[in-house]
Amino acid sequence: MDVTLPILILSIPLFMFLFLGLLGMKMTHKLAGVLGTLGMGTVLLLSYYTAYLYFFSGAPEFVNAAGERLQYMVFDQTWLQFTDSLAIKIGFFLDPISAMMLVVITTISFMVHLYSLGYMRDHHGVYEHGFQRFYAFLSLFSFSMLGLVVASNIFQMYIFWELVGASSYLLIGFYYIKPSAVSASKKAFIVTRFADLGFLIGILILSYYTGTFNFTELTSVPVDGLANVSQVDINTAIGVRSIFENSAAPTFMGASVLTWALVLIFMGGMGKSAMLPLHIWLPDAMEGPTPVSALIHAATMVVAGVYLVARLFPLYLMENSALVIITVVGAITAFYAAMVACTQIDIKRVLAFSTISQIAFMMVSLGVARPEIHEGLGYMASMFHLFTHAMFKALLFLGAGALIHAIGSNDYTAMHGLRKHMPITHITFLIGCLAIAGIIPFSGFFSKDEILSSCMGYDWVAYLWMSMVAGLTAFYMFRLYFLIFWWKEHKVPEGHHAPHDQPWTMSLPLIILAAISCVAGFIPFGELVSWNGHPYDFMEHFNWNVATVSLIIAVVGIAMAAVMYRKENKLPEKFKNAVPALWDWCYHRFYWDELYMFITHRIIFGCICRPLAWFDRHIIDGTMDSFAVITNKASDAIKPLQSGQIQMYVWYYLIGVLALGAITVVCLI
Amino acid sequence: MFSNILIYFVVIPVIMLALLGLSRDIKQIRAVAVTGSLALLALSVYVLLQYLEIRQVDQVSPMLFTDSWSWFEPLHINLAVGVDGISIAMLILSSVILLTGSFASWKIDQPKEFFLWLVLLSTGVFGFFISVDLFTMFMFYEVALIPMYLLIGVWGSGRKNYSAMKLTLMLMGGSAFLMLGLIGIYYHSAPDGGQLTWNILEIAKNDAIPHGWQQFLFPMTFVGFGVLGAMFPFHTWSPDGHASAPTAVSMLHAGVLMKLGGYGCFRVAIYLMPYAAHELSYIFLILTGISVVYGAFCACVKTDLKYINAYSSVSHCGLVLFAILMLNTTAMTGAIMQMLSHGLMTALFFALIGMIYGRTHTREITQMGGMMQIMPYLSVCYVVAGMASLGLPGLSGFVAEMTIFVGSFKAGMADFLAGAGSLRLVFTLVACCSIVITAVYILRVVGKLLFGPVYDDRHRTLTDASWWERLSTATLIVCVAAIGCFPNFFSDLIKTTFSPEIFRVLGM
Amino acid sequence: MEITAIYYLLPALFMFCCGVYGFITRKNMIAMLISLELMLNAVDINFVVFNRFLFPEQLEGMFFTLFAIAIAAAETALAIAIIINIFRAVRNIDVRSLNEMKF
Repeated sequence: MDVTLPILILSIPLFMFLFLGLLGMKMTHKLAGVLGTLGMGTVLLLSYYTAYLYFFSGAPEFVNAAGERLQYMVFDQTWLQFTDSLAIKIGFFLDPISAMMLVVITTISFMVHLYSLGYMRDHHGVYEHGFQRFYAFLSLFSFSMLGLVVASNIFQMYIFWELVGASSYLLIGFYYIKPSAVSASKKAFIVTRFADLGFLIGILILSYYTGTFNFTELTSVPVDGLANVSQVDINTAIGVRSIFENSAAPTFMGASVLTWALVLIFMGGMGKSAMLPLHIWLPDAMEGPTPVSALIHAATMVVAGVYLVARLFPLYLMENSALVIITVVGAITAFYAAMVACTQIDIKRVLAFSTISQIAFMMVSLGVARPEIHEGLGYMASMFHLFTHAMFKALLFLGAGALIHAIGSNDYTAMHGLRKHMPITHITFLIGCLAIAGIIPFSGFFSKDEILSSCMGYDWVAYLWMSMVAGLTAFYMFRLYFLIFWWKEHKVPEGHHAPHDQPWTMSLPLIILAAISCVAGFIPFGELVSWNGHPYDFMEHFNWNVATVSLIIAVVGIAMAAVMYRKENKLPEKFKNAVPALWDWCYHRFYWDELYMFITHRIIFGCICRPLAWFDRHIIDGTMDSFAVITNKASDAIKPLQSGQIQMYVWYYLIGVLALGAITVVCLI
Repeated sequence: MFSNILIYFVVIPVIMLALLGLSRDIKQIRAVAVTGSLALLALSVYVLLQYLEIRQVDQVSPMLFTDSWSWFEPLHINLAVGVDGISIAMLILSSVILLTGSFASWKIDQPKEFFLWLVLLSTGVFGFFISVDLFTMFMFYEVALIPMYLLIGVWGSGRKNYSAMKLTLMLMGGSAFLMLGLIGIYYHSAPDGGQLTWNILEIAKNDAIPHGWQQFLFPMTFVGFGVLGAMFPFHTWSPDGHASAPTAVSMLHAGVLMKLGGYGCFRVAIYLMPYAAHELSYIFLILTGISVVYGAFCACVKTDLKYINAYSSVSHCGLVLFAILMLNTTAMTGAIMQMLSHGLMTALFFALIGMIYGRTHTREITQMGGMMQIMPYLSVCYVVAGMASLGLPGLSGFVAEMTIFVGSFKAGMADFLAGAGSLRLVFTLVACCSIVITAVYILRVVGKLLFGPVYDDRHRTLTDASWWERLSTATLIVCVAAIGCFPNFFSDLIKTTFSPEIFRVLGM
Repeated sequence: MEITAIYYLLPALFMFCCGVYGFITRKNMIAMLISLELMLNAVDINFVVFNRFLFPEQLEGMFFTLFAIAIAAAETALAIAIIINIFRAVRNIDVRSLNEMKF
C-alpha cells in the first residue's frame, strides 16, 4: 500500500490546524469554515478509500488465504530514541479496528464540520466570535484522534492521547469568557491528566519488562514472506506473560505485575472514557459548543478508552482479574449513569450520562469477552456498539444542538411540544432514540443484543444487570424525547419567532446520520472485525431468546416513559415524591462532584498546598533569612566596640596586655 | 589562540562590551546587542554543524575542539576549552535566550549600563560552558553571578534590594562550598606524585580522587551547583529573585543561569566523582525528588505570576538534577533535554509575564482576568508556554519529561529487581505525579488570567504585543516546538556526549 | 644607702601609671596630651637608667632619650595644632565629642 495516502490522512488536518490557526484571522469566517470542511471532506474520502482497500480489496497484506484479517504497518518512523531497543515511533497501523475507527472519526468529524457551518452563527446569520479558531481546533482534534487510532505503538497512542485531551480542553473552553466553560475545561483536563498518570506508569511497567512499545510485538506475530504484516496471535501475549512471570518480581502487593500494568493502563482509559469514578468531567464538558460534544464527547474521544483496551485485548486476556475489574467498573458505571440520566433537566447532560452508560456497555462487553465464549463475541460486539453508538449518539447530539440553537436554552422545560415546529429534527431524533433504545431494525438493537448475548455467555448476573440498564436506557431516552417533543404545546415567548428547522448545513448531517443509524445494524460486522482477525458469521451466535427479551425490555421502558411523559400529568411529580432520597441522589449525580470538590479544595489545596507554601515561606525561607538576621544582629552587637573613642581602645589594649601578661606569668609558673 | 573557534564565544561578548561602551544612543545599543547575539547564535549553530561532522568520524574523544593555554603556571591554571553535545546544546540555548532577552528589554531604562551588565553576565555564561578547566570554569561562573546583583538591584521592581542581596548571598554561599570542592579536587587530581591539574578531562582520565575524599567533595560540589539549580532546600532565592528581576534578567537567569547548576552537577560532581555519585546519590535523590513535587505544590497556591513560575522552575529544575542522579544514559539525556526545554519555555514565560506586567503594572492573578480579549497574541503565547510546561506532546516539555521518566523508571526498576532498595523507583513515581500537579497550577493561571470576563475595566485599553515582543516570543515558541517535534535530533546530539569514556567513568 | 636602679625605676613606673590613668580617664584633650607626655618621660627615665646601670660604657640610651624628647616636642606641637583645629571646628576639646568618624 502506498504511504502517501496515510500521510495525507494525518497531515491534512494538521496542516489545516496550523493554516487556520495562524492565518484564520486574516480570512473571512465563511472562507475559513468552508476550507476546514473541505479539508475534512478530503480526509473523509481518503479514509474511506483506505478502509475500502483494507476490508474489500483482498490484497495479501490485508487478508490471508484463510480470510483472516491481518495487521499492516504502513510506515513506522522513529521519533524519539530512548535506548538502543526502546524508541517512540510514529507509525500508521492498519488493522480491522483502526480501519473502522478511521471511518467513524472522519464521518462524524465531517458531519460536525458541515453542521457547524450553520450552528456556529446566530439567527441573523452572523458568525460567532472565534469561528476560525473553532475550525482550527476541530482540525487539531481530528488530527490527534486519527493519530491515536492508527498508533503503531502504545507510546504513540499516549502522545495522541494527550493531544486529544488538549484539543478537548481547548474546545470545551471555546466560550472562554464564560467562567463555567473555563472551569469545565480545566476539570476535564485535570481529571483525564490524573488518569493519564496511571496510563503512563502502566506503559513504563509494560515497556520495562517487555522492552518494547510496539503493539505488534506485544500481541501479534509477523506473517512470513510479507514485510510489515503481522497477525494477532495469542501465543505472543502468552510469551509476554511469561516474561513477567519469570522476572525477579512477578507479583506486587498481591497482584501480578502484569495485572498492575494492565489495570493502570485501563485507568487511562477510565479517564478518557469517563468510567466511574473518573467520570465527573464529561457532564461538565457539555459547556463546549454542541457539535464539539457530538464529535469529541460522544462519538470519538470518549471511546478511546474502549479502543485502548481493545487494542491490547490479547494481553488483557492473559490476566483474568484485569478483565473482571473492567467488567465490574463498566457494569457499575452503566447503571449509575443510567440512573442519573433519568433525572437530569439539561438535555445535553442527559445525553452525556447516556454516553457514559453506553461506553460502559462497551467496556463490559470487552470485559466479558473470552475466546471460548462465542469465539470472542464480546470483543466484536463492543466494537460494533462503538460504531453504531458513534453514529446515533452524534445524531442525538446534533439534534440536541439544533434544538438548543432554535430555543436558545439547554433546558427541556423551555422546549416541550416541538414536534410540529421542527419536523426534521423530530424524526431524526426519534430515530436516534429508537436506535439507542435497541428497537429492531435500528442499529443499536443489533449491537446491544450482541453485548447482551456475550454477557449471557459469561455470567447470568452480568446479563440481568446489563438488561436492566438497557431497559433504563430506553426509559430515559424516551423520557427525554417525550419531554422535548410532546408533553404539552410549545409556547413561544413574547417577541420571539416560533422555532423552526435549521438550514441545510445542519439538516443534512442529521439526515445522513439517521440513515446510517437505520441501516448500520445490517453491516456484517463480524466478517470485518474480530479479536483475532478471524471472520465469523454472527448469525451463528445470534441468540433469538436474548433478542426477544431485550426487545421486550426496551419496549417496556419506552412504554413507561410514554405513560409518564407523553402528556402533561402529575405522575412524574408523584414518583419523585415517592422516593425523594433516591431522586435527590440521582439528581445530584450521587454527589460525586461535591466529593471531588472536597478532596481537591479541602484536602489537596487546604491540607497540602497551603501548608507547604506556608512552610516554604516561613520555615525554609525563614531559616535562610535568619542566617542574614543573625549575621546582622551579631555585627550590630559588636559594632559599639569600634566606638571611635580613643580612650576605649586604650582600655581594650591595656586589658589585652594585662591578660597576655597574666597568661605568660601563669604559664611560666 | 584565536585559531580555536570556541574562544570566540568569549571574544564576541568582550567586543560587544567595548562597543556598548562606545555607543551613544539607544539605537546603537540595540544594534550592538542584537548583532552581537545574532553573531553568537550563528557561531553556536556553526559549531554545532562542525561538531556533528567531526563526530561522525571521531566517536571516541570525550570532547572536541579542545585546546589549552597556560594562564598561571605555578598552580597549573589553564584556559582550557572544549565542547561536547551537552555544551553545544547549552551554547545554543544561551544565545537564543540572549537574543530574545535583548528584544524583551527593548525599552529598558539606562540601556547602556543595563546591556553592559547583561553582556558581562553572558560572557560568564558562555565562558562557563566552553571551559573544561575547573578554575576558569569557576571564574566564569562568578562572572556570571555578580552582575545579577546589580541588574536586579538597579533595574528590578518590588523588594529589589532584599531580593538582589538574598540571591547574591545564597549563590555566593553555594560558591563557597563549590570552591572548597574544586580546590579539593585539584589537590587530588593526580595519582601519587603526578602533576596536579584543573583539567576536567585529565582528572576524569586519571580517576585518582580517593574514594574517601570523593565522599567529602561530592556533596560540596553538588550542593554548590545545586544551589544554583534551585535544589530544595536551597531554592528560596529563586522566587524572590525572579519576582524582583527585570524581564530579560529573569529570562536569562531562569533560562540559562539555572542550567549552569545542572550542567555543573553533571560535568563536575558526577563526572569526576562517580564513586561518590553512586554511593551518595540517594541523599540528593530525596532532596531533588522533594523539589519536584514541592515546587509544584507551592506553585498551586501562589497568586503572583512570577512566584508561580519561579516555583514551577524549582519543580522542573529539580527534575533535571533528579534525572542526572539516576546515572543512566536515558535519564541523563532527558535531563539535558529538560534543561533545554525548561530554559526555553521558562524564558518564554518570564518574557510574557514581563510584557503583561509592563502593561497592567500588576502580577497578581487575582487582579487580572480576561486577558485573552485584550491582548490575544500574548495570551495565546502564554497558553502555548503553559502547554509546553505541562508536557503537551509536540512541545518540548513532553519529550524531556518522558525521556526522564523512562530512564529513571528503568534505573528504579533495575534497583528494585536487584534488591537494591526501592528508593529510586518510589521517587520516580513521585516525580511522575508532578505531571498532574503541573497541569493544576498551569491551568489555574491560564483560566484565571487569560480566560473569563475582564476583571479590571482599566485594562481594556491596553495594547497587544509590539513587533519586538512578537519577535522575541515567536522565536522562543519556534524553538520550543522544534524540540518538541524533532526530539530525536536533540537527543542524538546529547547522546554523542556519552562516549565510551563516560560510560567507563560512570560505570553505566 | 646605695642608690640602686630600683629607686629610679619605681618613680618612673609611678609616672607611667599616672600617665596611663590620666590618658584613660581625662576627657580633656590637653590633659590627655599631658598624660601622654608623662608616659613618654617615664619611658625616657627608664632609658637613661638602664643605660646608666646596665651598660655604663655606652651612650645609646642617652642619645635615644634626647631623640625622644625632641620628637615628643614636635609631636606635642602637632597635637596642639590638631586640638586647636578641632576646637575651631566643634568649639570643644572634649574627646567624647569626637566620634563622628566611627562606624
